[in-house]
Order: sequence, then structure tokens, then C-alpha cells
Amino acid sequence: MPGILQIAYKLLVNDRSKFAALLVGITFAVFLMIEMTSLFAGVLSRSSSTVINLGASIWVMDPAVQTVANTIPLPDYVLDEVRSIPGVKYAVPLYSGGALLKLRDGTYQSVNIVGLDDDTLFGRPQMVSGNIEDIYGENAFIAIDDAEFYKLENPRIGTEFELNDHRGVIVGIARVASSSLFGVPTLYTTFNRALQYIPNSRFTMSYLLVEPKTPADVARIKERVTAAGYLAVTRDEFVRKISEFYKYKTGVGTNMMLMMLISFIVGLSISGQTFYTFILENIDKFGALKAIGAKGRELVAMILFQATFVALTGYGIGVGLCAALIWLARARLPDYAAIITFSNLGLAFIMVVVIASISSYVGVRKVLRIEPFDIFRG
Amino acid sequence: MAGAAIKAEAINKWFGEGTARTHAVKDVSFEAKFGEMLYVVGPSGSGKTTMLSMISGILRPESGTVRIEGEDIWHLSRDALAEFRLHKIGFVFQDYHLFPRLTTAENVAIPLILQDRPWDEALAEAARNLEVVGLGNRTELAPVKLSGGEQQRVAIARAIVSRPEILILDEPTASLDGDTGRNIVRFVREHILSDQRCIVIVTHDSRIYEYSDRILRMEDGRLTGIERSQLDAQ
Repeated sequence: MPGILQIAYKLLVNDRSKFAALLVGITFAVFLMIEMTSLFAGVLSRSSSTVINLGASIWVMDPAVQTVANTIPLPDYVLDEVRSIPGVKYAVPLYSGGALLKLRDGTYQSVNIVGLDDDTLFGRPQMVSGNIEDIYGENAFIAIDDAEFYKLENPRIGTEFELNDHRGVIVGIARVASSSLFGVPTLYTTFNRALQYIPNSRFTMSYLLVEPKTPADVARIKERVTAAGYLAVTRDEFVRKISEFYKYKTGVGTNMMLMMLISFIVGLSISGQTFYTFILENIDKFGALKAIGAKGRELVAMILFQATFVALTGYGIGVGLCAALIWLARARLPDYAAIITFSNLGLAFIMVVVIASISSYVGVRKVLRIEPFDIFRG
Repeated sequence: MAGAAIKAEAINKWFGEGTARTHAVKDVSFEAKFGEMLYVVGPSGSGKTTMLSMISGILRPESGTVRIEGEDIWHLSRDALAEFRLHKIGFVFQDYHLFPRLTTAENVAIPLILQDRPWDEALAEAARNLEVVGLGNRTELAPVKLSGGEQQRVAIARAIVSRPEILILDEPTASLDGDTGRNIVRFVREHILSDQRCIVIVTHDSRIYEYSDRILRMEDGRLTGIERSQLDAQ
């Protein structure tokens, strides 16, 4: 490290109270920003859990669908139409809907029922115990062992329940990649059994899951489905569509932005004010350095180094604290939805850079304006 | 080394605008030689500090020239002038301006660090200079733990650490009691002044006049007299 930066480092860290205040400001801001955005990312990820878990390449739906949870049933002919599009390898129906389950102790529990295509079981979950073929058995359901599993009273193979006065039996336990957003357990069964157990409207298919023969066929399939009056989107597009709904069409995104802004302002206020005071307290010393022979750019380098050091240290501590809190929360609350993504980290980093830039800009201006002659004049 | 260390010719400085415009230094010319301890004295507001700032490359005069070792310093670029000060001039400020969060050795090492000398080498040299000013056992202390006289010595050590030919001391006894002030100036005279060095001291402390070679008297921005000191007379 060049000597002048070593001096800057010592000036900063040896002023323990100011250094601590600067770190607290940045750390607090980073912690809040990452925690907020991680919660939001967790919520968005959970909101697309069905899409992620089933893994279909293309989803066909009513154009009015906004999230995977608010299904609008499709008429049967759409399935035939889609299957007839050149480039479609296969297309299968999917049932997705809510139901009320009566557990053994007599209590009721809301569940999400996923009905897989009877012929192919496309989108089947990864079995933990039991065989997937058992889903064809009488009254058979597969329970998903996710964060909400305990709400079904931790069922085992053979556990019975009631669904709309029908008897249901757990024939297997399975895992999926992502838990659902709404805090309800998930049961998988066949498409036809789902229709038998749950009252439905005239149309029954929630979605069509489509696999193209080649990636090049995707565009044509989307075009033909659109021409038929429906919407075909890829998995990533559907996830994005759901995310955008929560971001822009609910208050969640706005509140998250507000929290980010508040965190930013708090961080900027504490760090900016402290850094400014730090510079003010040393301004005569910087003037003396100028008189001795330090060049303007060397003083700027000192201040930028100090601001960068505080920003990076505070950022690291903030990220660490946030990760620790999420880890702790997950240990206690299995369905705690928070994900630290690279985007979250990047966004918080940009905010920290802005805070450090504004703080150091004020300091740099002050230091560049001080004239060594002022030091002689006292 | 012989000849003029500093040569100021007809330097002028104004401050302010319009009716508030003040002629702070008026046509001041003088020479300071190597091996000489030159005092600039006069009442407050007489222009001593302004003149000192102009001859040390800190404040640009409106007219006139300042030559240090023959170099017209006000024809240098801003960066070149900073570099010139760093290598040729040592400053002892009235309030010392030591960094309270650095040790005395680190404070003294600053000019060497600005000259891009390696950290350890600069600290070792700083320790040697603290030894010279009698503070060899105080290298790791913070300046705030030192007395006023000791802080002044640290400031002197910082000023001489890079072996500059010109030393500028601004009111070196202002914050010190009489005895300590006299001891400091005597120390500078006996240990810091040499044939290769010129020392300029701005003061209005008449108790230390006896250690000067010559005294420049300033009043109302003008040089009103140049006196040989009592020391010289002896």
C-alpha cells in the first residue's frame, strides 16, 4: 500500500468513534437493503414455485392469467389444437387449484392440489418414499415434504384424510425445488382424480404443459397459440410475468422500493454526516499537508481510499449480518422466504458506492478548497 | 553553500475587492543567505505572514519575483511548486498541525512518505530526527500526550526530516512559555542551522531576538528596516 494511503488508513481507523459510526451507518444501510430485497426475492421465487417445480418448457394459458395461482380453465379443444401445431413434441394438461382438507384430528387445512397428466405424469416430483406409480392407486395422493409439510400433521405412507367427502390416502412423500408462497401444503395426484375430488367449472384444464421438438420451434408454437386466442410463454417468461405482477401490480414492489430508499437515506445521513465531520476535524491537517508539499490528487486519493475502505468494510459486515440473520431465521422458521441473490448484492453495492461517493465528494471539495495560506493565518 | 537562499524582489499582495481592497505587502525586497537565521518581525497585521507565505511558495504575489536558490518559484506549475516545497522547504506551523491519530514518528515521517520513500525507511529516518530533537524515546506516543514544547520539537523534526535547505518557522514561541520558547529557538540555532541551511522565523516575541543574525522589520505591509542582530554585534 502506498505510504500516503497507509497514513489515510491510520487516520481513519485510529479515530475509533468516527470509524465505528461510519461503519454502523453503512452496515445498517446494507443490512436493511439486502434484507428487504432478499425477502422480496424470496417472495418472488415462491410465487413461481409451481412453474419451477413442474419444469415444463412452455406453458399455455388464458391471456388473462397473471400469476400461476389464479388459473383460468381452458377448454378441451385447446389441447387438441396445441398438439396439432408442428414442432410440438408433446402437450399435456395440468390441474392446479386449492382445496380444503379434513385431517385425522378433525381440523381443516387448505392445500394446493396439482393434478398431473394421467398418461405421462409429466412434472412428477422427486420421490423420497413410496413409488410414483402408486399415484394410480385408489384415492392416492403424494404429499410434498416442503416447509408446509408439518401442516398436514407430518403424514406417512398410509395416512388418510378427507377431501370433499372423498377418502384420500398418502401413497408417497416427495420433494420439489421450491415451496409455495401462500403457506399451504401441496398434494400431487392425477389430473382425472383431481377433477373427481374437486368441484370444477365447465372447463377443467388449468394449463397445458408443452415440450417443443427443438428450441427453434418455440417461436412458432407461441405464434400459433396466440392466433388461437391463448397465450404460450416459456418457463422463464412465465416466472418473469409472475414477478412483474407482484412488483408492479401489487403494493409489495412499491413498499420494497420505499424501504430501500429509507435504508439508503439512513445510511447516507449517518455516513455522510460522520465523514463530513471527520474531514472537518482534520481540515487544518490536510491544509498543513498541502503546505508541506502534498498534491491535490494525493489528498483526493486519501479521502477516496478512506471512503472506499469504510464502504467495503461496512458492506461486508452488512452482508454477513444479513446472511446470518436469514440462516438463523430459516433454522427457526422453515418457510421463511428470503434469498440473497447476486442482484440483491449488486444493488446494495451500488447503493453503498453512491453513499461513499456522495460522502467523499463533500470531503474532497472541502479539502481541495483549503488553502495552505489559511494554515499560516490560523 | 554560499549566496542567496531566498531572493524576493518588489513583491506585492492585495486582498479583497473594491473599497475593501487592502495592500497587504508593498514592494518588499530582501535576501536571505545560507547559514543565516533571519527574523521577520512587526506588529499584528503588518504583513509578516503574507510575506512569509509568498516566499515559501504558498501564496502567489500579484507582482514581483521570489527566487529560491536562483529558481523563480512562481513560474513553476502548481504540482512542480508542491514538489519544490516538499524537497526544499521545511515548515513549522504556529499550531504545529500534527495529526493527533498518528504517532510522533509517523507525523515526522510524513514529508518522506510524500516523497514516496518506503514506510519502514521513512519511520526509521523519522526516529533518527526525533533523536536529534531529543525525543528519541517518544516515537510511539500520540502528539497529544506530549507537552507544548515537545510538540514543537516534533514539528521541527518533521520540518527537517527531508533535509530541506530552507526552514520556515511561523511564530515558534507563540504557544510556549518564555523559557521553553527560548530553549526551542536556541536549539534550532545550535543544532538545526548550518551553512547549507537558511532559517526564516516570523515572530513578534522580542525575547528571542538575540538568536537572530538579521531582523527584517515590517509595518503596514512595508519593510521598514533591516537590522544586524545583537548576536552579530557580539
